[in-house]
Amino acid sequence: MASITLKDLVKSYGDTEVLHHIDGAINDGEFVVIVGPSGCGKSTLLRMIAGLETVTSGDIQIGDRVVNNLEPANRDIAMVFQNYALYPHMSVRENMGYGLKIRGNSKADINRRVEEAAAILEIGPYLDRKPRQLSGGQRQRVAMGRAIVRDPQVFLFDEPLSNLDAKLRVQMRLEIRKLQQRLGVTSIYVTHDQVEAMTLGDRLMVLNGGYVEQFGTPIELYDRPATLFVAGFIGSPSMNFLPAEVASGMVTLANGARLAGGGTASGKVTLGLRPEHLIADETGPIEINVQLCEQLGAITLLHGHLSGTDVECVASMPGHVSAAPGTLMRFAIAPEHLHMFDTQSGKRVDA
Amino acid sequence: MVENRPILNIVSHIVLILGIAIVALPIWITFVAATHDAVRMTQAPIPLLPGSHFWENFQQTLWGSGLSGTEIAPVWRMLLNSLAMAMMISLGKIAISLISAFAIVYFKFPFRMGFFWLIFITLMLPVEVRILPTFEVVADLGMLNSYWGLSVPLIASATATFMFRQVFLTIPDEMLESARIDGAGPMRFFWDIVIPLSRTNIAALFVILFIYGWNQYLWPLLITTDTDMTTIVMSIKQMLEAAEQSPQWNIIMMTALLAMIPPVFVVVAMQKLFVQGLTETDK
Ligand SMILES: Nc1ncnc2c1ncn2[C@@H]1O[C@H](COP(=O)(O)OP(=O)(O)OP(=O)(O)O)[C@@H](O)[C@H]1O
Ligand SMILES: [Mg+2]
Repeated sequence: MASITLKDLVKSYGDTEVLHHIDGAINDGEFVVIVGPSGCGKSTLLRMIAGLETVTSGDIQIGDRVVNNLEPANRDIAMVFQNYALYPHMSVRENMGYGLKIRGNSKADINRRVEEAAAILEIGPYLDRKPRQLSGGQRQRVAMGRAIVRDPQVFLFDEPLSNLDAKLRVQMRLEIRKLQQRLGVTSIYVTHDQVEAMTLGDRLMVLNGGYVEQFGTPIELYDRPATLFVAGFIGSPSMNFLPAEVASGMVTLANGARLAGGGTASGKVTLGLRPEHLIADETGPIEINVQLCEQLGAITLLHGHLSGTDVECVASMPGHVSAAPGTLMRFAIAPEHLHMFDTQSGKRVDA
Repeated sequence: MVENRPILNIVSHIVLILGIAIVALPIWITFVAATHDAVRMTQAPIPLLPGSHFWENFQQTLWGSGLSGTEIAPVWRMLLNSLAMAMMISLGKIAISLISAFAIVYFKFPFRMGFFWLIFITLMLPVEVRILPTFEVVADLGMLNSYWGLSVPLIASATATFMFRQVFLTIPDEMLESARIDGAGPMRFFWDIVIPLSRTNIAALFVILFIYGWNQYLWPLLITTDTDMTTIVMSIKQMLEAAEQSPQWNIIMMTALLAMIPPVFVVVAMQKLFVQGLTETDK
């Protein structure tokens, strides 16, 4: 087991810098998810930790070793690839044992470890098949098995579930989480799916355009997003953003409505309201001109505008609600659920 | 396409049978000629049905004096020479081009693409074009009348290098990466991953190259003066002209028949892999 430390890590391809001065500390046994939109540099960061990409500057430390110049095999890591990258000509058993064989472990030891891993992952019956004779989910398990037989210090996952169908993805997600908890191996998991990130991670590192936007627990990210980007990225449906002005503990919306809150902040801000925090209240200050009801069963999403403006706004209400287009509905929100961001920099403005 | 129309079936069978007949007729004639005695073969019309001298001809050709009145090596010796040459050429070509393609695809070194194109333009220089300088080099190296002389000048292969390059490029990068994580060094990766994944392509190429090597005519003709080193393909031609008498068709045809066996054997033995190698795209 080991902790991982990233220090001022930079990656450039030629003149373009794709990762900008990443810092972060991952604790021993922690499950960290790197999440962000496509092209933000998640895979690049993971592959640098794996040793498949060179480090332009900065340090990667696993345990107490700086591993910048170590070959992947010497970093004591295991990686699960998006397309599994199983060797097609080897049986499942050989695939799983290949790394151990190269390390020079004895046949008996390899066999024992492979069978153990196979039992954990329930792939025992397929040990003598070739990868092409397996379903996507089974291949996924083999790829995991290949990682765990080596008993590494760190697991690295690069979108390992994105080739599976939705249902299997949810199931495998839980299994990965359980497995990681059982083995207690420090893990880094890359995904662009925020739900996957929220359910899996002890902590999430949100990347955007090569910058770390925020690094914290799912609840921290949800309750106190540090930037507009994180606020919009985490949570579904995503947060409403309304232009507003704050002065002496009162927030004024674009249509003149005023709500209490905002603490000591002042000036123009972007106000963030989560749809699920809007509570229907006939005397509430926020009036929404509902355009569309989206019935999802357990909840109903009301899409509309802040009345008198064209600022879009979504409210989420429990149960079944129906409203004709054009209905005006009023909502209240607790002061602690107001998120305020600097409109220019996107940074959270703390009350 | 699966169609089931009786007329179409019959027509396609007729076409196929005609095609086979056209290809097979010369071979049949060769076989028939190899079963008659020398005298019968000089009389017109040539026979179309097998005669009774097959074993006689077979023995005389393979172990005996061969063509009477000449001093050529017995045919078993020629077969052996041809086999050695064809094997050395095909295995040599495969080994060399595998290694060079591996270097070009998986290693970064200065002028990598330069080397690749250099190899590629040698396609424009087949043996026939460079035959005089090559002969000079081989003679100076003292390789005339040797297996080395027969095979080494033909052993480099731009085509095979190019083909293996294409094959290697279809192996996903993740394969290399997961091998690196597993701790496989370059040669280990080559043996454990690259070679098995190119297995069918290697087999297909072996078949093609074996036949290429077996059918070499001009080069062996030039560099083998010793009758012990002659190859079977060039000898057939010589047999036609050698004796100052009418050609002994029974012996010549028996030789031709024997010359066909190894390539046919190679094709049949490797057929399954060969077809897979030419059609398989799944990695
Ligand atoms: N070999 C390369 N040369 C130049 N630029 C590259 C190279 N590899 C990646 N990049 C760039 O680096 C950035 C980050 O790429 P990366 O693959 O890490 O994205 P990602 O976050 O994993 O995206 P996705 O979710 O689509 O997989 C991208 O803008 C990409 O264009
Ligand atoms: Mg990626």
